[in-house]
Amino acid sequence: MKSRKPSIPYIIWMVVFTMIPIIMIGFTAFTDKQGNFSLNAFTKAFFYTNVFVKSLWIALISTAICLLLAYPLAFLITRMKHSSQNTVIMLLMIPMWMNFLLRIYAWVTLLQKNGPIDMALSMLGIHGSYIGNSAAVVLGMVYEYLPFMVLPIYTVMSKIDNGLIEAAQDLGSNNFAVFKKVIAPLSLPGIISGITMVFVPSASTFLVAQYLGGTDDIMIGDVIDKIFWTDQNTGAAISLILMVLIFVFLVIMNLFGDEEAIA
Amino acid sequence: MKKKSGILSKIYIVLIMIFLYAPIAVLILFSFNNGKTTVWKGFTLKWYEELFKDDNIMNALGNTLIIAVLASIFATILGTAAAIGISNFKGKKRALIQNVSNIPIISPDIVMGVSLMLLFTALGIMFNFEMGFFTVLLSHICFCVPFVVLNVIPRIKRIDRSVYDAALDLGCNQWQAFCKVIIYELMPGIFSGLLMSFTYSLDDFIITYFTRGAKFQNLSIEIYSMTHRRLSPKINALSALLFLAVLIIMIIINLRDRHEEKARSQKI
Amino acid sequence: MEQLSKKTIVSLRDIFIRFDGEVILNHINLDIHEKEFVTILGPSGCGKTTTLRIIGGFVEPESGDVMFDGKRINGTPPNKRNVNTVFQKYSLFPHLNVFDNVAFGLKLKKIPKAEIKEKVTRMLATVDLKGYEKRSVAKLSGGQQQRVAIARALVCDPEIILLDEPLGALDLKLRKSMQLELKEIQQKTQKTFIYVTHDQEEALTMSDRVIVMNNGVIEQIGTPEDIYNEPVNAFVADFIGEANILNGTMIDDCRIKILGKELECVDKGFGKNTPVDVVIRPEDIEITSPADGQFTGIVQKSTFKGVHYEMSVMCDKCEILIHSTKTAEIGSKIGMRVIPFNIQIMNKLLPFYNNILEVQVKYSDEQENYFQFDLEDESITVKDRYYEQGTNLKITLPPDALSLAGDGVGDLKDLYIESVVYKGEHNEIILESDERKWLMLSDTDEQVATYVPLSFDFSKADFEVINPKREG
Repeated sequence: MKSRKPSIPYIIWMVVFTMIPIIMIGFTAFTDKQGNFSLNAFTKAFFYTNVFVKSLWIALISTAICLLLAYPLAFLITRMKHSSQNTVIMLLMIPMWMNFLLRIYAWVTLLQKNGPIDMALSMLGIHGSYIGNSAAVVLGMVYEYLPFMVLPIYTVMSKIDNGLIEAAQDLGSNNFAVFKKVIAPLSLPGIISGITMVFVPSASTFLVAQYLGGTDDIMIGDVIDKIFWTDQNTGAAISLILMVLIFVFLVIMNLFGDEEAIA
Repeated sequence: MKKKSGILSKIYIVLIMIFLYAPIAVLILFSFNNGKTTVWKGFTLKWYEELFKDDNIMNALGNTLIIAVLASIFATILGTAAAIGISNFKGKKRALIQNVSNIPIISPDIVMGVSLMLLFTALGIMFNFEMGFFTVLLSHICFCVPFVVLNVIPRIKRIDRSVYDAALDLGCNQWQAFCKVIIYELMPGIFSGLLMSFTYSLDDFIITYFTRGAKFQNLSIEIYSMTHRRLSPKINALSALLFLAVLIIMIIINLRDRHEEKARSQKI
Repeated sequence: MEQLSKKTIVSLRDIFIRFDGEVILNHINLDIHEKEFVTILGPSGCGKTTTLRIIGGFVEPESGDVMFDGKRINGTPPNKRNVNTVFQKYSLFPHLNVFDNVAFGLKLKKIPKAEIKEKVTRMLATVDLKGYEKRSVAKLSGGQQQRVAIARALVCDPEIILLDEPLGALDLKLRKSMQLELKEIQQKTQKTFIYVTHDQEEALTMSDRVIVMNNGVIEQIGTPEDIYNEPVNAFVADFIGEANILNGTMIDDCRIKILGKELECVDKGFGKNTPVDVVIRPEDIEITSPADGQFTGIVQKSTFKGVHYEMSVMCDKCEILIHSTKTAEIGSKIGMRVIPFNIQIMNKLLPFYNNILEVQVKYSDEQENYFQFDLEDESITVKDRYYEQGTNLKITLPPDALSLAGDGVGDLKDLYIESVVYKGEHNEIILESDERKWLMLSDTDEQVATYVPLSFDFSKADFEVINPKREG
């Protein structure tokens, strides 16, 4: 129990399967097909700036919507009886364990031309196209990642001492003031990890846009998928940029969290 | 501690649940539709029949399960050992190891998939092998181990050191003390890690997609190619069955958690 | 004499150990005899648990020998030692029931099942837990868990049982009955028990011998009667039972001066005019009329304690504690007598009374009238006094020139409180800094084994220039 030795296989494992692959991405990004040093891949990656911007934009909107939906939900769950809390949390998690492709496919079925929604709305005399646009992509993202936002916020909120809330009420705070002064600041760590857990995968995922989006709704994940099979160097460069962007995002979120915690 | 929940909040929760379950309900509904489109043509079970007759799907399902079982077991052993070792590191070294360990969790799946593909391609050239079952298994272990480590470390922190001392005192060597005493203390963490590994492995598409090589098929890949081709109600049937499986697993986990909670409250 | 006939089973020879640079055991020596009930007694942080863990094999000393039946067993792991431990928090295996917990050690020894069953059943009967075999250990009360832990250790038939404050988690009543039970079990099983506690009453009740530890050293080893009646120093006297500890001066052999009076006593060999500590137990003071008393004092407080009265009497400025069947009215003047045999004389904990420093002035300013010197890596400023730079000084700081400072201030930081002894008037506190020990007087009670900052009041100090130095 005092020995560090049991971790040796995993440390070796991490070097082989975590460190070396990342180094290889870096190496591939900075070389050409012949393995010579080159910045060519980054020049090519530069063409996809608008895709980067679009991906981050869609991820941002999806994250914001998730937060708006999840925060009140998490709060309402904490106000429930303990046993119902568990049930609701379980209900939130079940769709999460369904295959990710099937979940998007379900929305394709729902939204497609002559699908249930289209038919129902046609009967009301409303005609339109519900699939093949950015809104559908955002909807898919929100559907995929909403539980990732609810769970951390709920976890943090449920740990807030009820005595604290009662103390605030006792000191003359009304419900809104209790929320603003006690619950909101204390739930911040949950919000931060929720934002991280939604933003990172939605900025980098692929297929959601291919299934639900239009022709110009391409996300950076889809670009990596397309390019990597033919041009590994550019694919690696884009992956590297994505990784750096996400790393910067994580650092900013961390700083934000720390500062808030101190203040 | 009485908590009130108003009618508005109930409506809100119900709406969210409808949002989450409507698509799945629609899939399940159409799995019984005697027609290929989303127009209701009467009840049938033929898609289930066709599903079970589809060798590709059954084969893919088998692969998925084998990979999930092997990956989760191997990840659990590797991760539990690692967690024990890591908990004996201190300060910066420990932070470094844990941060590197968390990389697969925080980095985008697609980057991990792509990087492992680069690694396996290079190793394939060096040692003359092609990507397939084995590389998928290795990749799955890669993203499973961190979850095991994350689940086991808090348990190790909670172990009463003197229980371990007591085992040694009564004649165990270190290994016996681990097998006869410590492992039972770690069990809830190990089990959660195993379960998370298993479900993540079942669910994974992106990493399998990049590391599978040309021939290996699992369920995700099969679903991917099915949805890419023409929409077939067989997928609906498959979704319904998977949903059922998930439901059963979740209920088991929930019952187990409640049992444990009950045991804990009794102890107090 | 009796002890010569007993066989020594465990010896610790010159054991030294540090954790994180802090000395935990400072070269201790210890012999434990067969079949005896030995208690290691001391305040928390004194090293008693570490001593036990060294015998158990859980901790390796940095230097020194652990001898078992005359053989050196340093490095032998706990599972290879014929010693079993009862842990502080019982440390039962939560996944096993009572029977399997007790059988754990036997199963490892590959003893036949029937024999295990018989031994465990018998042992559970010994500890009064017949019929509890199938119970989950989590559902037992504290006292029952404790008995399972004892049975689990005893059933392995070790030569020695180590008990690490095993009754600490129990309530007072249960603790008292378990003390007697433990002693009974020890006598029934004829094993060597090494028992660690910080509870002096527990130690006196159960033990054949008591080892009093403080600060990583053994202060005294003896029977409960010995250490109560003849404590070797103020620490032991203060720690065991209640005591009046007074400053005294040994005038000559059998002549002691306390509270301004010269008295006859029975101790010899301290030299002439030597400052000593004097112990008088509260029950050894006889109340007399003021005229008949060796001392007189005013009664401050009197509380009836069932068998006796506990009285606090002010004798000059010094508070004296008396246990007596007689009492006197509060505010009345009484006399007090002690027979020579009951005056216990001890060496002082520190060989000095005043704290003396020899320093060199590092910097000084005549205009502002101050100077500075270095002490243990701290720069210390003395105001309203001037000596030329480079002057060698001898500074005498009486104990009342020292005071504990608040956090972050103070002339010296992180001094270790080694002992606090109430001397009727003040607490005498011994502090340890990196290079020396300090004696301080304080009216407040301080926590032993904690770290505090210290400040000096140089207006009470005495300065003497030694070897004056000329500049240029």
